[in-house]
Amino acid sequence: MLRKYIHILTIALFMQITAVNAGSTDNESLKNSGSETAADECFESASRVMFKINHGLDKAIFEPVAKGYRALPVPIRKGTGNAVDNLRSLLTLSNNVLQGEFERAGNNVARFAINSTVGILGIFDPATKLGFEDQGKEDFGQTLGKWGADSGCYFVLPILGPTTTRDVIGLVGNTFLDPVYHITHNSEVNAGIGNTNYSEHNYYYYRGTSAVDFRAKNIESFDSIEENSIDLYASLKSLYLQNRKQKIANSTSAVETQNDSDWEEIDSN
Amino acid sequence: MKKNFFIFVFLILIFSQKSFGYSSDPKQFITEIVNEAKKILVDTNTKEFKTIKLSEIALDTVDIKGVGYYSLGDYRKTLTDDEKKEYFILFEKYFLKSFTSRLTDYSDPKIEVISTEVLNSKYTIVKSKLLGTDKKPEVNIEWRVYTKNPDKPLIRDLIIEGLSLARTQKEEFASVIESNNGDISKLFSTLKEFVAK
Repeated sequence: MLRKYIHILTIALFMQITAVNAGSTDNESLKNSGSETAADECFESASRVMFKINHGLDKAIFEPVAKGYRALPVPIRKGTGNAVDNLRSLLTLSNNVLQGEFERAGNNVARFAINSTVGILGIFDPATKLGFEDQGKEDFGQTLGKWGADSGCYFVLPILGPTTTRDVIGLVGNTFLDPVYHITHNSEVNAGIGNTNYSEHNYYYYRGTSAVDFRAKNIESFDSIEENSIDLYASLKSLYLQNRKQKIANSTSAVETQNDSDWEEIDSN
Repeated sequence: MKKNFFIFVFLILIFSQKSFGYSSDPKQFITEIVNEAKKILVDTNTKEFKTIKLSEIALDTVDIKGVGYYSLGDYRKTLTDDEKKEYFILFEKYFLKSFTSRLTDYSDPKIEVISTEVLNSKYTIVKSKLLGTDKKPEVNIEWRVYTKNPDKPLIRDLIIEGLSLARTQKEEFASVIESNNGDISKLFSTLKEFVAK
């Protein structure tokens, strides 16, 4: 297991170094449209190819699965979404603490305790009715951003899609911080307990269900972006980077996180 | 004479209705647009009807020229007068197609206009919420309203869950131009293709 982490960290560090040195390469064009949400592209040609492959996989597999999921009765979908969100809140909690957001951490502890018990393993969400509202998800990429880490290089991963160097390091960090990952991946403990419910594949069911739930909630949005884009790759890059910036700032307003000066110059009247 | 006077007054009223049909208060302005759009986006209307009516609203209430300038980024400074003319004709067609296509699939949307935030004398943000349904989650929508002329506010951007449509469009345009070594005519041909499809 430790060896696996070292391999992943080495790759992530290599990518970070590549991002730093990206300006010196001749064969990859660095794109910067002057917007603060634009990140350097280190492997744009490769990323565009990967993007096409992912898009094909989405059309062939993920979108049909999401549509099938959406055909399920509302209470089943809602309960499934709530249950995976409840498990996901443990990763959020770890990152709340690392970011020094103790009020949010307290809110998450209360939500998890109430929803896991009264809400029957998170299927229902009585915590919201009791005033403990969902305050959004956190991950280690966001924590790194909060600590001041730059996004680094933008690229596209197989299946996982758009990311940056910081967010890839965040992905590795998530495996250290997510209690669900540890419970399902600790084979010695599992052997001791003798409980197969804690086996590794359940972690991937949970992650997969979470992804399908997200995709199903956004079928129309994806279709609309696809239909109205003149460069879908660039659109999704922009949306991804804007979204990450919002999440790091814990804000839902573009006005709070984006520089408005480029609007001030526009005088059409 | 009296008849001519009445016709004259009637015409004045029609024109004034067309130019100043919406409130000058940004929150009320957005509320009126939302209400008008709701009436159009009912199931009984055809997609063609919705497209025509939404285009009329957009022409009246969106600063299409301003959004067009913004979308070009720094490239707007390099355009010749002829290129500007061509660009704005193309951009308006592109914008209306893109704008109406995003909305015509919505049926009976329920939008609540919540509050406003005055940024400065030129911009006010109007905050609203598209209520969730069984299939779609609730969505926060902010409207960037250009208030330089306080009597005639105009929309310049829609910010959906913190994601700016104008910024996304600007970065998309920049990508098309930069992928073609700064050749802006490639953007024009891409816009033409989009409008024609």
